Amino acid sequence: MKPAPFAYHRPRTREEVDGLLAEFGGEAKILAGGQSLIPILNMRLAAPAHVIDINGLADELVEPALLGGTVTIGPLVRHAAAEGSQLTATALPLLAQALAYVAHPAIRSRGTVVGSIAHADPAAELPAAFAALEGEARVRSARGSRSIAAPDLFVSHLETSLEEDEWIEEVRLPVQGVRGSAVEEFARRHGDYALCGVVALAEPRAGSRIVLALAYIGMGPAPVRLELPELTASDVAGDALEDAVRTLAHEQLEPEDDIHASARYRRWLAERLGVRAARRAAGALEKH
Amino acid sequence: MFGERVERREDLRLLTGGGRYTDDFEHDAAQAAFVRSEHAHARVLDVDVTGALEVDGVLGVYTHEDLTGGFAAPLPLLVPHEGIVRPRTQYALAAEEVCYAGETIVMVVATDRYVAEDAAGRIRVSYEPLEAIVDLARAADAGATVAHAGAPDNIAGRVSEEKGDVDGALANAPHVFEWRFEIERSASTPMEGRAVVARYDERDGMLMVYDSTQAPTGIRGGLAALFGVDLERVQVLAPDVGGGFGVKVMQFYPEEVLIPWAARRLGTPVKWTEDRREHFIGSNHERKQIHHVRVGCDDDGRILAFETRFVHDSGAYCPYGLIVPVITSAQLPGPYKLENYRYEFRAVYTNTVSTSPYRGAGRPQGAFVMERTLDRLARELALDPVDVRRRNLIQPDEFPYEVGVTFQDGGPTVYDSGDYPRGLELLLDAVGYAGFAAERERAAAEGRRLGLGLGCYVEGTGIGPYEGAAINVMGDGTVTVAIGLSTQGQAHETVFAQIAADELGVDVERVQVSTGDTRRIGYGVGTFASRSAGVAGNAVKRAARSVRHQAQEFAARLLEAAVDDIELADGAARVKGSPQSAIPLGRLALVANPLRYAYGAEATEAAVFARKAYSSGEAPLHEDATPGLNAVEYYSPRSGVFGFGMHAAIVEIDPDTCNLLVRRYVIVHDCGRVINPLVVDGQVQGGFAQGLGGAFFERIVYDDTGQIQNASFMDFLIPYATEVPAPELHHTETPSPSNELGVKGVGEAGAIAVPAVIANAVADALERPIDSMPLSPLQLFDMLHPDGNGR
Ligand SMILES: Cc1cc2nc3c(=O)[nH]c(=O)nc-3n(C[C@H](O)[C@H](O)[C@H](O)COP(=O)(O)OP(=O)(O)OC[C@H]3O[C@@H](n4cnc5c(N)ncnc54)[C@H](O)[C@@H]3O)c2cc1C
Repeated sequence: MKPAPFAYHRPRTREEVDGLLAEFGGEAKILAGGQSLIPILNMRLAAPAHVIDINGLADELVEPALLGGTVTIGPLVRHAAAEGSQLTATALPLLAQALAYVAHPAIRSRGTVVGSIAHADPAAELPAAFAALEGEARVRSARGSRSIAAPDLFVSHLETSLEEDEWIEEVRLPVQGVRGSAVEEFARRHGDYALCGVVALAEPRAGSRIVLALAYIGMGPAPVRLELPELTASDVAGDALEDAVRTLAHEQLEPEDDIHASARYRRWLAERLGVRAARRAAGALEKH
Repeated sequence: MFGERVERREDLRLLTGGGRYTDDFEHDAAQAAFVRSEHAHARVLDVDVTGALEVDGVLGVYTHEDLTGGFAAPLPLLVPHEGIVRPRTQYALAAEEVCYAGETIVMVVATDRYVAEDAAGRIRVSYEPLEAIVDLARAADAGATVAHAGAPDNIAGRVSEEKGDVDGALANAPHVFEWRFEIERSASTPMEGRAVVARYDERDGMLMVYDSTQAPTGIRGGLAALFGVDLERVQVLAPDVGGGFGVKVMQFYPEEVLIPWAARRLGTPVKWTEDRREHFIGSNHERKQIHHVRVGCDDDGRILAFETRFVHDSGAYCPYGLIVPVITSAQLPGPYKLENYRYEFRAVYTNTVSTSPYRGAGRPQGAFVMERTLDRLARELALDPVDVRRRNLIQPDEFPYEVGVTFQDGGPTVYDSGDYPRGLELLLDAVGYAGFAAERERAAAEGRRLGLGLGCYVEGTGIGPYEGAAINVMGDGTVTVAIGLSTQGQAHETVFAQIAADELGVDVERVQVSTGDTRRIGYGVGTFASRSAGVAGNAVKRAARSVRHQAQEFAARLLEAAVDDIELADGAARVKGSPQSAIPLGRLALVANPLRYAYGAEATEAAVFARKAYSSGEAPLHEDATPGLNAVEYYSPRSGVFGFGMHAAIVEIDPDTCNLLVRRYVIVHDCGRVINPLVVDGQVQGGFAQGLGGAFFERIVYDDTGQIQNASFMDFLIPYATEVPAPELHHTETPSPSNELGVKGVGEAGAIAVPAVIANAVADALERPIDSMPLSPLQLFDMLHPDGNGR
């Protein structure tokens, strides 16, 4: 479990990263927190010729920052910093709720929020939170920069729509505002990737109606924001929610079998956890 | 000190990174990597190593063709048994056929592990794939695909034994039931994998080996035999070992002979440190057995006859003989009186990693079968499962109790002591058995499924052949104790120090224990089978007593007192009742080594003493005396000693996730006299955690082609601290009459009953039989929602 040989680069500026990617593109991998990349290299599942370590970037913010109505997260913001930040607690409770389920403290102190989203693992919590919150990724290269909205970013399992010379310079998430949120998941062990997980956002609408959006974890090739039909508070407490989540779980999710769970069991979990998360998110709403 | 909660003296070192493990030795050593079979079963047609030879930094690339003599022969069959019908062990490097995915084919040695892996990646092995047999039940059938080409069947060995007349008793029993029980494959998976470092000095022909093993003396003996040199030319040190749980008592894994071989051949130190994937595919597993039971009983649930026929998954080879199924067979009866008992097993080859003991070693299987049988029987007859147990328990006045079948050491299985009814009643009290039915009903009214399960076990511990201890008193009063077996953090440095400290009247802080270093003591067996306290503990006691006698005799000479009037206390020898006469033990040790040359202030006294002796016409060393205060003594038990325990769990099944929630877990255990309750608690708690792993988390999953599907800690689920509730512990102490200290082993105890107990509790909660372990949320879901989409 030692990586194959590679050339190591440690750029100091975002422009240098652009330059290295322009030169080595498909042969290169960015190293952020390394919590996903290093195991992949050590198991020789990938053998990039170049590793571009961005941990030496100068003047990067180490915590989320508020810009207008948007929380901006730079490429070196660690999970732990995002989880512990006051800004996250007030403007984006969902992010903190999701981060609490990401691995263990040691991993959270190295792993980055942007790295997790760039990694695009459908079993990870942050891509689902990113999808539910309708975030956008600011992507750049020597050719320029652009924004990619969540639905266009995740292509499939571990695959994004970035070009070979592009990388994510930051992730932007609109503040949560009055929306209530909750995360539910079931993992065999605390901190493991979940057998099934779900993030829920509840938004109040006129006439005391509620719009619930769910994004599932580990239930298909890429996380998708799924909206339930508008519901009343009593619908949420009763069978209407159960029915809506069941329909969604059956029609919109693509769970798979593995040694820990069958697709049928995952769908069941999706229903049960979806209902739990939706009720808790709606409950958080009432407190506002 | 004996019996006190002395804090573990090794913890500060181990918990603050001060441990020294095999990989910490010889930093500049060359490193090895292996090419392992990709196929579960294949003929090796050709190995093309040219690509590897071109890699810069490669020192050697070796296949079976490079090996000669004993190194080219199959590795030893460690534990012979007359029931082995077709012994098979693997070659250090595969010769023609590979029989499991992971079998070593090529060894690459290079300047470092990175280069070694680069080179290994360039080696091309051509295989002719052969059909693999993975499923144990099918492998045991006549006409099954064979795990070894050309073999008539897959039977490695078979053993059967009978006490009483089972058929006769079954024919007359009012009730006869037949059930099938199955327990899955699992593995020890210690935190530190295996590791071997070897250094050969051709000037003096000395081979020094560092090995993360549970049995350094065995490794030494085996290597000396392989190299054809005398024992003194080979030294083995098992330094701190980061967990073993059985997997490291297996000797010899291929790497353990190949690394010393390469070190000698290359004339440079060579190291191999296993990575996690290698551990899953190249280090032994255990547990998989399928049992058929026929049990006859009367209307009250009293067992009249018990028969189990079972198959044991030996994996591709049987390097450790038949020990696991042999232990199951002898220990399955547990604390119950089986007047008519018969077992019959077959150990069966499959194209999977070989098996050998893993903490519990066949006993969890036995306890599972016995305890499930009792619960099923109680349910069939509408009896209280507790009453059924009460009626079948061996009574306190029946010891020594002959089980009537052969123990793993080849002698009869004879329980030395125990009080099982007391343990059971204590358990019922502690768990609140009487009130549970009401609690269960209340929960059911709220839509919650609660269940309570019980399980008992008896554990044969402290087997021979022997262990030794070398004790020496140093000039500064430090007492060194060297034992031959190695240590994986079981608190050997603490408990053996306690025994020696008591005997020598010194503070426990003055005693230093060293383990697993053949340079300190060359003879011993190893740490496994819960035997260290029982066997090495009594050896320490003997050696310390011998040193005490020496000190008493010598002090008597100096103080001109009778030997019987000398006592050792407060680190000194003194005439009883006369503290001013005290001679510190260290000084006594110095003087007891009569010197000609006074090479330091302290030694002057010893030199003067020698002169004095001569002047009074005496030899300075008395007849039979040795210089200084030191002794080496051995203890060889006649048979094992039998600890026991009773566990109870209250569980709940989460209706949404189908997860198992352990609400309470209560343990009553008895390991004879307790040397250190803190250590015993830790052992029992750790065993429980591992047992819970075996009940609900850990299993090795093979696919039909013989590939492990979960060869990583991401998918082989060892429970974290967050998944293991704190068990409630209760002790009873029934001393063993068989050894001087009255102790029994406890190392494996905690793990044995847990799968049985959890199975019984879940069966109670779901009101359906649970006959195969471990469980998982997926299985619970399938049981609760057998069809439709979960409703
Ligand atoms: C034992 C363990 C358990 C874990 N459990 C969980 C869990 O339960 N849930 C969970 O969500 N995660 C889990 N993780 C993963 C962890 O959260 C990682 O931190 C995260 O997936 C990746 O972040 P990173 O900064 O470490 O990225 P890295 O490992 O450095 O990189 C990951 C990938 O993203 C690319 N990348 C990184 N940054 C950028 C960028 N700015 N632009 C473009 N590409 C980039 C890299 O090239 C690489 O391909 C676990 C990890 C471990 C080791």
